[in-house]
Amino acid sequence: MNDFLHIPILQVLPPGWDLGWSLMLIPLLPLAGFLLLGLFGRKYVKNSSGIIGTTLLLVSTALSLYTAYGYFFEFGKVDGVYQKIIPVQFTWLQFSPGVSIDMGIILDPISVMMLVVVSFISLMVHIYSLGYMKGEERFPTYYAFLGLFTFSMLGLVMSSNIFQLYFFWELVGVSSFLLIGYYYDRPSAVAACKKAFIVTRFADLGFLIGILILSFYAGTLDFNTLIERLTSASAPEFQSAITSSFLGVSALTWALVLVFIGGAGKSAMFPLHIWLPDAMEGPTPVSALIHAATMVVAGVFLVARLFPVFSMSPPALDIVAYTGIISALFAAVIACTQTDIKRVLAYSTMSQIGFMMFALGVSGQGGENGLGFTASMFHLFTHAMFKALLFLGAGAVIHFIHSNEMKEMGGLRKYLPVTHISFLIACLAISGVPPFAGFFSKEEILLAAYHHNAGIYWMALVTSGLTAFYMFRLYFRIFWNRSAIVHGEHHGEGGFAMMVPLVLLAVGAAAAGFIPFGNFVSSDGKRPESVFHLEFSIAPVAIGLVGIFAAMWLYKKQNDRAAAIAKSLNGFYKAAYHKFYVDELYLFITKKILFNLIGRPAAWFDKNVVDGLVIGTGNTTQVISEKIKGFQSGKVQQYAIYFLAGVIGLAVLFIYVWK
Amino acid sequence: MMEPGLYHLLFISAALFFIGVFGFFTRRNLVTMLMSVELVLNSVNLNFIAFNKYLWPNKLDGLFFSIFVIAIAAAEAAVAIAIIINLYRSHHSIDVENTEELKF
Repeated sequence: MNDFLHIPILQVLPPGWDLGWSLMLIPLLPLAGFLLLGLFGRKYVKNSSGIIGTTLLLVSTALSLYTAYGYFFEFGKVDGVYQKIIPVQFTWLQFSPGVSIDMGIILDPISVMMLVVVSFISLMVHIYSLGYMKGEERFPTYYAFLGLFTFSMLGLVMSSNIFQLYFFWELVGVSSFLLIGYYYDRPSAVAACKKAFIVTRFADLGFLIGILILSFYAGTLDFNTLIERLTSASAPEFQSAITSSFLGVSALTWALVLVFIGGAGKSAMFPLHIWLPDAMEGPTPVSALIHAATMVVAGVFLVARLFPVFSMSPPALDIVAYTGIISALFAAVIACTQTDIKRVLAYSTMSQIGFMMFALGVSGQGGENGLGFTASMFHLFTHAMFKALLFLGAGAVIHFIHSNEMKEMGGLRKYLPVTHISFLIACLAISGVPPFAGFFSKEEILLAAYHHNAGIYWMALVTSGLTAFYMFRLYFRIFWNRSAIVHGEHHGEGGFAMMVPLVLLAVGAAAAGFIPFGNFVSSDGKRPESVFHLEFSIAPVAIGLVGIFAAMWLYKKQNDRAAAIAKSLNGFYKAAYHKFYVDELYLFITKKILFNLIGRPAAWFDKNVVDGLVIGTGNTTQVISEKIKGFQSGKVQQYAIYFLAGVIGLAVLFIYVWK
Repeated sequence: MMEPGLYHLLFISAALFFIGVFGFFTRRNLVTMLMSVELVLNSVNLNFIAFNKYLWPNKLDGLFFSIFVIAIAAAEAAVAIAIIINLYRSHHSIDVENTEELKF
């Protein structure tokens, strides 16, 4: 069967696990859904398009889970080390004997883990959207875009080649753009989708240059070969990458920092985060899928994928760590002041991704040092559960109240019991309260930071306190605070389709922490020593509880305390409320500086010099032809006289001049 | 009686040529202009024949060329007359003065 497509199997899977085709089906089924619904959806299968998309993804998810089971429990481990397996690979574009762009599938702990996360969360969102998006005019288009996104994201996590990853990276960017701009009749949505696309594209420029530098020194685009060549100190490729330098920084560090810029753009790290809050203009399930659980962690995934190379360059790791912690703290402060519930969640996402990033930044390669790596991936996993749950819960609230604003809400616990309980579980999970999922992963991150860098540890501790505070501010403002004001007739919690994902994700958010994650995902594939220290947990849990009680004191009942505190922190509160004026700074830089200093001179040059040349040529021709057009009189005999005169003239020339 | 030499023939040929050119420039009737063109062509034929006879009497190249010219002149006359007929149909005149539409 494989000969038919000329797909060489590089590493033969054990008998009974010949997964080549089913692995390819995992991303291809959503793609089929995209093509089917995108081309024929609006005409032929309008009402059943949701069911079609969901069914295809259900198969995909089942295959992912089967693959994960097989990889983690049956064939992935050889001598206690999880292997990198490439079951499918074919050359797509050959540059030279060593360098080619391949299309392949890689199976290693992080890609298999991401497969499960992406397909599962996407399935939840597909199911949820059956209820949430019911009756939308462009219902099939919505499911087509979801299919495109799922295809791209699954392709991204399984890429075996850095250029293949880059393709899918851009594809998820496009699908994110399409879904943010789904309500294209709202000017704010159009502005938001453009902003998201431009900011991430700008960052991707860095990624592309980083890829080019890496592949220039490594002489390959294949992940495994690239990592192998750039991590062994004796390899000539590594030596040349580390010795050649630019502005006093080695080429390796430059390449990794540039790659990280791409990752930071996609993962909304400071200062490239400005698109994420605006991206909340998309439908809420989309925010849950793309802008909370899967696409925005692509940057973390990228750093994790190249982690062995990152670990060879301490400066690059430091940049990752500091960008992560600054983003985490910065976003947490802003989240405390926002009043749009989706924006609070967006800043919270940014903050949590900051946690994952700095966890990678403080990690080392292998053994006990690799704790940060495992913690980061663990947090990615649990965060996907509880953040998707939070967004879907917020979606249920918005569905009920028809507004994103906190001041419209309050006292909804009686009307939305299922949403209330699942939202509470998610809040407890993200705040790091044992025994919910976030507790375990955050403990590991803090522990890794504690061993590595005290400054980062303390900042992370403060951030986790703030996290608990703003999440419970959200919780109390939505579900308590005052008695509910419900306008007119309300339609309950939304149907069965919206409740099932909430319940399933709530189970995930509550229980995912008990998975012995370190056994499966670690920086070197080996099973690390158990590193759980009970006494270490006291400080984070305590500060989390302080945050929760502070939120309770301020927001559980209607009172003026919060307003009074905001007033006493006047300047700081205002700055945080306005997101520390980062958007304004960007506008200032682009509008005032770039437009005036580069844009306008370039426009002048274009208008006067470039256009001048073209228009000048045209004008000259026109003037000359105006002068000589009288020759063409329409009188045949006149033409004949000119002709004869010409012939005679030539004859004279040939006879007497050019003998 | 003197045998006519090359120069006599060339003189006649040149005279024919300029009569043709003069006719082409001055006549306004398209059929007359076509006749003038035929005169020019025949002066060329005469040149070919004369040079063939006096310079290379053993060859036939000049003769063949003039036969070619006659054949092509016949074709050209057919095309020209077709044009003239069409012109007459649209303008009800074959006066070249009336055909001045093809200008700037």
